[in-house]
Order: sequence, then structure tokens, then C-alpha cells
Amino acid sequence: MARIIVVTSGKGGVGKTTTSAAISMGLAKKGHKTVVIDFDVGLRNLDLIMGCERRVVYDIINVINGEATLNQALIKDKNCNLLSILPASQTRNKDALTLEGVEKILEELSKDFKYIVCDSPAGIETGAHLAMYFADDAFIVTNPEVSSVRDSDRMLGILSSQSRRAERGEEPIKEYLLLSRYSAERVKSGEMMSLDDVQDILSLHLLGVIPESKSVLTSSNAGTPVILDEKSEAGQAYADIVARYLGENKPHRFIDEKSGFFRKLFGGK
Amino acid sequence: MTINSHSPPAVEFKSSTFSVPVLSLASNDLMLIEQLLNEKVKLAPEFFKHSPVVVDLGEVHKKQLILDFADLVTVIRKAGLFVVGIRSGNELQQAQAIALGIPLNTAPTNDVKIDTKSKVIKAPTNDEFVENDSTTMMITKPIRSGQRIYSHGDLIVLAQVGAGAEILAEGNIHVYGTLRGRALAGVQGNTEARIFCSDLQAELISIAGNYKISDDIHGAISNTPVQIYLQKNTLVVKPIV
Ligand SMILES: Nc1ncnc2c1ncn2[C@@H]1O[C@H](COP(=O)(O)OP(=O)(O)OP(=O)(O)O)[C@@H](O)[C@H]1O
Ligand SMILES: [Mg+2]
Repeated sequence: MARIIVVTSGKGGVGKTTTSAAISMGLAKKGHKTVVIDFDVGLRNLDLIMGCERRVVYDIINVINGEATLNQALIKDKNCNLLSILPASQTRNKDALTLEGVEKILEELSKDFKYIVCDSPAGIETGAHLAMYFADDAFIVTNPEVSSVRDSDRMLGILSSQSRRAERGEEPIKEYLLLSRYSAERVKSGEMMSLDDVQDILSLHLLGVIPESKSVLTSSNAGTPVILDEKSEAGQAYADIVARYLGENKPHRFIDEKSGFFRKLFGGK
Repeated sequence: MTINSHSPPAVEFKSSTFSVPVLSLASNDLMLIEQLLNEKVKLAPEFFKHSPVVVDLGEVHKKQLILDFADLVTVIRKAGLFVVGIRSGNELQQAQAIALGIPLNTAPTNDVKIDTKSKVIKAPTNDEFVENDSTTMMITKPIRSGQRIYSHGDLIVLAQVGAGAEILAEGNIHVYGTLRGRALAGVQGNTEARIFCSDLQAELISIAGNYKISDDIHGAISNTPVQIYLQKNTLVVKPIV
């Protein structure tokens, strides 16, 4: 049985697609057969970040409508053959996405893949609802600012009451916090909410802090998930996140200013 | 022209809750019931004088005893009480009640029982405390923005209540975390209800319809456990010492 992960946030533009691309690549790189699904019908851009936009022939709506098989629609990633992408449709109306259609696709993918990563659209409408409805785990991508935190809180409420697990009274979806676009400097100067401020409101299991990093933009322009840029802090942060999710014990990084290096150098604490 | 009139409407429905004693019967012996009722009333004549009472026929029904509800009402009337509702009972008894203008009462238990040790009028047992306890709702996970929780009794929250969340209880509210959302206690009119929380940062607090919004709740008390109660129609926020 596959594990279904939804990457969601409520608020738009916080880094869901960046995260979906990075963690699905990370899971595949660790040897797990993974598929990442773009639920953002009408605004698809996962394929751009994965660098496969020119190879899109069929999309998730074609599969739901029976116009293509799942295998025809799945695109193998160019960097890692354990990773596949199921793109969204750019032209169709969002309403083409149906609960039964999504359920059938997830069921079929579950037979073949170990992890299914669902890149949710922003908001709490149909697309976001369908992306999270069947999830086992939820990666809540939050930026350290009040409106993003509030929307995450709202999304958590929806996860705990409107998912399939909730409706069936099963064990609830496991919720993880991914605090993205974090700047320790700006936190220190008081311009940005700190991790503690955010956790004060969300109190979630922290999977990792992803620092604000120019390499995210460079990577998405190049069509490679940032996790493949091992030198970048964002890439390292995502690698840590994947490792922690898989049960490895990695100390958290990027929370404090970069004084750690000197402290380590002099053997201090 | 009359549309903008400011006089109150001639008819208006308002929701309100009353405490009404419930008479639980375990026998169909009307003579015995009459005798025990009279003894009971003699103990506290002022309390029982013209008191409304809801008759619970659950036990009688369970034992399948035959009881004429109209005769029972006559007996109760003679003791000086007014029957204002019937609970449980068989179809015939319920039909008799309706015919007498007495409504069926199917609301969840939230009532005062007549305290008696007699065998006929049921004494409160441990069971009943459990039953009352079951109307207390306990939430162990954070209540998120956009969620709404309603308890018919007390509400205990062992986590925080997020901004944009709303918790309502007919009884007391206890929040053992930060209260950032809206908390409304005594929503059916119980002015004795209280709100307790370990850190008050609420958007709104209300007891029995008397409310305060965050601007009126003084910030100085945040981060200390407080209780909120009603005193002469005014909300009082006080640290729990
Ligand atoms: N850690 C980061 N550092 C710098 N920029 C980032 C970071 N994460 C994301 N971004 C930038 O933020 C923008 C939005 O990212 P992304 O498309 O992943 O967000 P999203 O949540 O998927 O948006 P939408 O809600 O529109 O789907 C992009 O321009 C991306 O490059
Ligand atoms: Mg996106």
C-alpha cells in the first residue's frame, strides 16, 4: 500500500509546488518509487519545476474522463527513473476533477508506487479538498507570517474534519509543519515571526525549516527540483526533511543565525 | 413606513433554558405514588408549590407496567404540581399526553432530579452522574481556525483554541491552552456558567449572551490563568489565584 502525502497550505505562493517537487525527488532518490500529482488544474506548474513541460501529452483530467490510461499520462522523470509525474490540465475547468475519479487514480497508483505526493492548489475549494481528502500524511507548508499561519491553522481544521480518514473515523491524518522561506536574520531583527511564534499557534510536529534561498528560483528556472542542488541551503533543508520523514534523526538547522559554524569551531555549545 | 419602525415585534421567539424537576417513576401504583408525592411535597412545600414537573416513564416503560397517564396527571395535580412534559413512555401514554396538551420531552437530560430515597420516586444513583457527565465534552487536540465546537454540557479543551475558531457550551468552558478564538459559555442562558483558561487572548468571550470583544478584554491579564463569570450582567475577568 502506498502512503499518500498531501502538500498543502491554504494560502497561495508559500512554496507548495517547490516542496512537492523537492520531496518527491528526495523520496525517489532514496530508492522509493514515487509519483507526484499536480492538483492545480488550470494553473499547472509542477511540470515546469520538474522540467517536463514539453513532454506532457495527457493529464489527470484525460485519465479521469477515460481519454487516456494512467500509464499514458504518467511522465518518467529525466533525473530519476523511480519518479513519475502526473500533470494537471492547463486548459480544463477545475470542476473536471471528481472525487470518484481521483479515488480511482489513487487506488491504481497505490498498487505500483510507494509514495504518492499530491501538490495541492491554494485555497480550500474543490482542488485543495480533493488533494487532501485521501491523504495519510499532510505536509503543511507555512511562511513565517501571520496570514500564512492563520490559513495553515484553517487547513488543519479541514484536514481533521473533512478528510476520508476523519469521515470514516479512522486514525487521523499525520500532520507535519514545513516552515518555508525562513530568514533567521529577519527573525532576529524582529521583522519576521520566529519558529517559536509559529509553533505557539500551530503546535505541529516540525519536519523542517527551509530558509529563504535564491537557489529555489534558479532551480525552478532550470527545471530541476532544488533538492538536487546539494550545495544550496534550501536543497539541504529538503534533504533533511525527507530523511526525517523516513525516520532518520537529523538535528534541525537554519533556525538560528549562522553563528553555529564558529561555535562549533571553538568547541563551544 | 412601518417597515422601519423601531418598536419590538409583537411576537418573538427566544431560546431559553429552564431547570425543571423530573419525576422518575418506577411503579404504576397510583395510590402509592400519591402517598409518596404528598410526603415529598410536605418536606418542601414552598419549593413544590405550583412547580412544573416533567414525568419520566422510562422505568415504567422498561418494566412494561400499565399506567394510565391521564390518571397519573390527576394525581400529580392533586399534589400541587403541574405536569409540563413527558419523557419516554409508550405510544398510548404519549398520545394521552398530547391530548392533555402536555408536550413530549425528548431533549437530552440536563435536568434537576427530585432527590428522594423512596423506592417509587427514583433516587439519583451513580449512573445518573455518569449520564450527566457524558454531556461534558472533552477535546484533546488544538481547535483550528474555522472549526466550531458545541457542547450540550461543559466543554474541556486540553489544547489551544486558534484565532477564528469558535467554541460554545451550554455549561462551563475550560481551556488548558491559549484561548485565541471565540468562547461562548452558557449559550442557552445559564448565567452561572463560567469560562476558565490558562491564557486569555480571545477574540470574544460570552456568558449567557453577555459578551466582551478582545479590545475590551484588558491585555494585562494575558499569560495568567483566569476565570470569567457574570456578575450583575457584567462579565468579570479575574486571575485564578
Ligand atoms: N525557500 C524559498 N526561497 C525563496 N523563494 C522561494 C522559496 N520557496 C518558494 N519560493 C518562491 O516562491 C514562489 C512560490 O512558490 P511555489 O510555486 O512553490 O508556491 P505554491 O505554494 O505552490 O504557490 P501556489 O499557491 O500558487 O500553487 C516561487 O516563485 C518560488 O520560487
Ligand atoms: Mg503550486
